[in-house]
Amino acid sequence: MATAAVRLQRRTVGVRRALAPIADARGMARAMLWTGAGLTLVFVLLAIFAPILSPYSFDAYQSGGHRFAQLAHPSHSHLLGTTVQSTDVLSRIVWGAQTELEVVGLALAFGLVIGVPLGLLSGYFGGPLDRGAVLFMDAMFAFPPLLLAIVIAFLLGGSVNSGVLVAAFAITVTYVPQYFRVVRNHVISVREEPYVEAARALGAKPFTILRRYVFFNVVQNVPVIATLNAADAVLTLTALGFLGYGVQPSQGAEWGYDVSRAVSDAASGIWWTGLFPGLAIVLLVTGLTLLGEGLNETINPVLRRRRIARVDFAAPSLEPRSEILEP
Amino acid sequence: MNQTGPSLKRYAITRLALVVPMVFILLTLVFLLMRVAPGNPVSASLGGHAPPAVIKAISHQLGYDKPVYVQYGHYLGQIIRGNFGTTISDRRSVGSIILVNGAATLELTFFAMIVAIVVGMLVGLVSGRFRDSPVDTGGRLFGIVVYATPVFFLGLMAQLVFGVWLNWLPTSDQASPITQALLQTHTNIYFIDAIIDGNWSALKDVVEHLILPATTLGIVYGGVFIRLIRVNVIRTLKEDYIEAARARGINERSVVYRHAFRNALVPVITVVGLQLALLLGGAILTETTFNWPGLGHELYVYLQNRDYAAVQGIVVVFALVVVAASIVIDFASAFVDPRVRY
Repeated sequence: MATAAVRLQRRTVGVRRALAPIADARGMARAMLWTGAGLTLVFVLLAIFAPILSPYSFDAYQSGGHRFAQLAHPSHSHLLGTTVQSTDVLSRIVWGAQTELEVVGLALAFGLVIGVPLGLLSGYFGGPLDRGAVLFMDAMFAFPPLLLAIVIAFLLGGSVNSGVLVAAFAITVTYVPQYFRVVRNHVISVREEPYVEAARALGAKPFTILRRYVFFNVVQNVPVIATLNAADAVLTLTALGFLGYGVQPSQGAEWGYDVSRAVSDAASGIWWTGLFPGLAIVLLVTGLTLLGEGLNETINPVLRRRRIARVDFAAPSLEPRSEILEP
Repeated sequence: MNQTGPSLKRYAITRLALVVPMVFILLTLVFLLMRVAPGNPVSASLGGHAPPAVIKAISHQLGYDKPVYVQYGHYLGQIIRGNFGTTISDRRSVGSIILVNGAATLELTFFAMIVAIVVGMLVGLVSGRFRDSPVDTGGRLFGIVVYATPVFFLGLMAQLVFGVWLNWLPTSDQASPITQALLQTHTNIYFIDAIIDGNWSALKDVVEHLILPATTLGIVYGGVFIRLIRVNVIRTLKEDYIEAARARGINERSVVYRHAFRNALVPVITVVGLQLALLLGGAILTETTFNWPGLGHELYVYLQNRDYAAVQGIVVVFALVVVAASIVIDFASAFVDPRVRY
C-alpha cells in the first residue's frame, strides 16, 4: 500500500523526469524554448493586465469629453497613433491580446476534449467504428482549414451572439481531425507494446489500460501539437477577423479586423493603423511557434541533442543524469 | 519494370476506390452544413427585405420548398453530372464562376507555389546542410517569422512599400482596365491569353499585377517548405547510404548535392499536395487583400451577400480540388517510391 507521502514522492520524481529534457535543452533548442516562452508570457501578461496597462478602452474615441483626432500620427498622447474611428491603436492592441488568448484557449480546450478521447477510443478498439471515424476525419481534412473555419463562423454568426465562442468553435472544428489523427496513430503503435500486452494478460480492464498505460504514453506528444496549433489558431482567428467573421467590432478588439480596416488607410500612405496590429500578430505567433518547436526538439528524441554528462570512471555515480543518457 | 506494373495498378485502383466514400461524406457534410444554417437561404440572399410571395416563387423555382431528402438527392445527382448549381443573388452558374474566377486563382496559386518552392528549397537546403551554424539559425528564424506573418499583413505592407511609397507596382486587380478590355479570352488565365495573342504590353501589365500577390502568398507558404526541407536534409545526411558514399571516397560536394539533396526532396512532393489546401486558404486572404478576382474573392463576396447556393458550390469545388490533388500526389509518390504502394 502506497502511503500518501510515498505517492507524492513518486509524483515529484515523475514530474522531474518529465521536465528533465527541458532543463537539459542546449543551444538552439534552449534559445527557441525560452524566447518563445518569454514572448508568449508578455502577451499573457498584456491580456491579464489589459485594464491597467491600456491607456483607454478598446472602443474609446474620446476621453474626458475631448474627442481624439482621426488617423493621428503616433505621438506623445497616442503612442501608436489613432485609427479612422479615432480609437487608440495601442489600446486596441493591448485589449486584442485578451481576445486572441481567450479564443485560442477555448479552441484548444474544445479541440483537446473532443479530439484526444476520440483518438484514444478509435485507435484502441479499432473495428468498423474506427474506420468510419478515420474516413470522416479524412473528409474533413479535404477542406482548406481556413475555408472550413470561415463557413462555420459564417453559419454560427447568425445564431450565436458571442463572437469569441463563434470563433473558438470555428477554429475547433479545423483542429479536431488533427488531434484525432495524431493520437489515434500513436495509440495504434502503443497498443501492441509488450507492457500493454502484459497489463492485458494480468486482466486489466480496457479502460484501466487506456487510462494508466496508453494515455500517458500518447499524451506526451500533445503539448507540442497544442502549442503549434495555438500559433496556427491565432493566424486563423486573425484571418477570420480580417474577413469580418468571428469577434465583432462591438464585442472586442481583434488584430485581424484592425489590419483589414487599415487596407483602405494604406492607399493614402498611412502605416501605423496596419503595421502595429500586424506586428502584434507576428510576435505572438512567432512566440508560440518558437515555444512549440523548442518543446519538440527537447521532447522528441529523434531531434533531441543533449548535453552529455562526463563519465567519471574513478567514482561511478548513480545520479539521475545517467538514466537520461539512455535513449 | 514489368514487375512493378501490376502492383502500381492495384494501388491505383484501391486508392481510387477509397475516394468514392470520402467524396460522398464530403458532399454530405457540405450539404448538411448549408441546410442546418438557420433561416431561409432565398430570403437571406435577397437581403431579407423581399416580399413573401417573391421569396416563395424563387424558393419553388430553385427547389428549396421540397423536403430535405429530395433536395439532397437532387444535389448529389446534379454534382455527379458536373452541375454545381446556380447562385441565388446574381444567377450565375457555379460552373462559369469556376471557369472565369478559378482561372484567376490558378494563375495566382501557380506562381505563388513557384515562389514558395524556390524560397523553401534555397533556405531549407542551406539550413539543413549547415545545421546549427549561424546560417542555419538565420534560415530557421526566417522560416518561423515568415510562417508567423499573416498573408494579409504581408500583403498590406507590400502594398504600402511597393505600391504607395515607391509606386513601382499596382496593388489591386488582375490587370489594368485597358488590358482587361482589350485582351481576348482563350483560357481566362490572363498570363497565357497574353502569350497566345503575342500581346507583350498586356503580358507586361499582367505580370506587374501578378508580382505582389504571388510573391506575398509564395513567401508565406515558403516557410512551411523551409522547415520540411531542412529536417529532410538533416535526416538524409544521417542515412547509411550517405556514410557509404563518403566511405567510397566520393567528395563531400557530390555526396551532398547528388545523394543527400535529391533524396531529401522526394517527400516534398507529398507535402506539395497537403500544402494545396493551405495555399487555397491563403489564396482567399490574398485575393481579398489585393482585390484579385479569384474563387476566394468570389467566395468572400457571396458570403457577404449570404448566398448559400454560391457558397455551397464554391466550397464543394475547393474540396474536390484538394481531393483530386491528393490523388495525383499519391500516384506520383507511389510511382517514385515503391514502398508507398500497398
